[in-house]
Amino acid sequence: MLNKTNALIYFLAFSSGFSIMGIELLGGRILAPFFGSSVHIWGSIITVFMLSLSFGYLLGGKLSIKRPSLTKYGSIFLLASIMVVPIALFAEPIMEFIFTHIEDSRYGSLLASTALFFVPTIILGMISPYSVRLLVTDSEHSGQVAGGLYFVSTLGSALGTIITSFYMVLAFDVNTIILGFATTLGLLGLLAIAVNQLTNKETKHV
Amino acid sequence: MFKYLIAALLLTAFSAYADVIHQERSLYRNILVEETGDLRCLKFDEKTRKSSQSCMYKSKPQKLVFNYTKLTFASLLMIDNPQNVLIIGLGGGTLSNVIHQLYPTASIENVEIDPAVIKVARDFFDFKETDKVTSKVQDGRIFVKRAALKKQQYDWIILDAFNGDYIPEHLLTKEFFEEVKSVLAPNGIVAANTFSSSKLYEHESATYHAVFGDFINVITEKNSNRIILAGFDNMPTEQSIAARVKKLAPLLSPYDVDIKAISKGMQSTKNNQDWPSDTKILTDQYSPANLLNF
Repeated sequence: MLNKTNALIYFLAFSSGFSIMGIELLGGRILAPFFGSSVHIWGSIITVFMLSLSFGYLLGGKLSIKRPSLTKYGSIFLLASIMVVPIALFAEPIMEFIFTHIEDSRYGSLLASTALFFVPTIILGMISPYSVRLLVTDSEHSGQVAGGLYFVSTLGSALGTIITSFYMVLAFDVNTIILGFATTLGLLGLLAIAVNQLTNKETKHV
Repeated sequence: MFKYLIAALLLTAFSAYADVIHQERSLYRNILVEETGDLRCLKFDEKTRKSSQSCMYKSKPQKLVFNYTKLTFASLLMIDNPQNVLIIGLGGGTLSNVIHQLYPTASIENVEIDPAVIKVARDFFDFKETDKVTSKVQDGRIFVKRAALKKQQYDWIILDAFNGDYIPEHLLTKEFFEEVKSVLAPNGIVAANTFSSSKLYEHESATYHAVFGDFINVITEKNSNRIILAGFDNMPTEQSIAARVKKLAPLLSPYDVDIKAISKGMQSTKNNQDWPSDTKILTDQYSPANLLNF
């Protein structure tokens, strides 16, 4: 049964998938001025994203054990939103520093992607397992729920990739897009928290 | 049935006309070396075989084939006796070879991202390396940034990293041109092989103008590439250009470069901007060059 809260969770999972891939795609653009556009740039970016997502899954799963709530879920989004902002604000000086200290652009780009994307992607990775925890009500349907979540979040990733690379880069600056993702994640987090507060009140009244 | 057979036969006959003498897949692209009679060409990617990167006549390797390569020598009407040359994008190494013959004492640094291109240039296009002429496998943007850190200066910088189908977008931004400008010696010149058509023309012009001020378009044939000459302080007088034409004409004619005709194709953008003044400048933040190139 798809109630409104569940629909919201699916939508949030979709948006996080969208943002993750949008940011990953822009990673290539952000690194190019300092580390070029050779194949190893994508090697660095994809490695860091995969690694941090894997840690994020572990952490999100762990966090979901103790009294899971929509408020905590929303807080993950808020935190992700805050962690994405430095990509736009401090990428230049961070890359400048790494560029002057590391000659080999393979390790330079690996370190730069770690510095820029590791933390925000870990937090974004926490969202998937936490969503499963909020949606699963019985073990019989747990696989179906997880499947549905993978579906929406990966669909979000696909759309985030194509819309960012086909259209957004033509219309906006890279930093504007990054800050757009941050704002969206933050607003969705606030929305989840607000919905939780409201439903709590309702249940108290009833 | 027969119709198809004949079509197939004809196709084979035509493709035999251009022999592929070497083919390899590099990290970045397919590299083909084709021969059509006396003409040997370097091509990237099978589907766009029309656009050659570099060609040479086997019997007369001195003679330049492409118009845009010849136009690059308009640079020599702006400066005298270059001694430190930087070439970004090697192709067949033709430019490097000719410049080395013209100025044997000049140091020439070639920067090419694809090691396979350097190998093919050596093996099939007679690309010569000496203690003065070197090649380095590196992304052009990184090379220039590192050169700036080391305070290196070049008096002739040739940007030739675009292959017509794909543009490395980080080599067409205001920030990159500023870095190029920082390694340009006083009285030096930047020559860029660029696009004469498509929407990108305007963005590219606006971006060069934002960094270098007024520049010179060199174009002698319609629908051909243009060469941008930028980074000079003052436009040379007509007399000084005429004097250089006179001096260079005999030196350049063995390469089939008609410097006099080329000098007539030079046009400054001063009071002559052919792009809308509100054209968006390409930056590291906004550089969808490939999406604009239609």
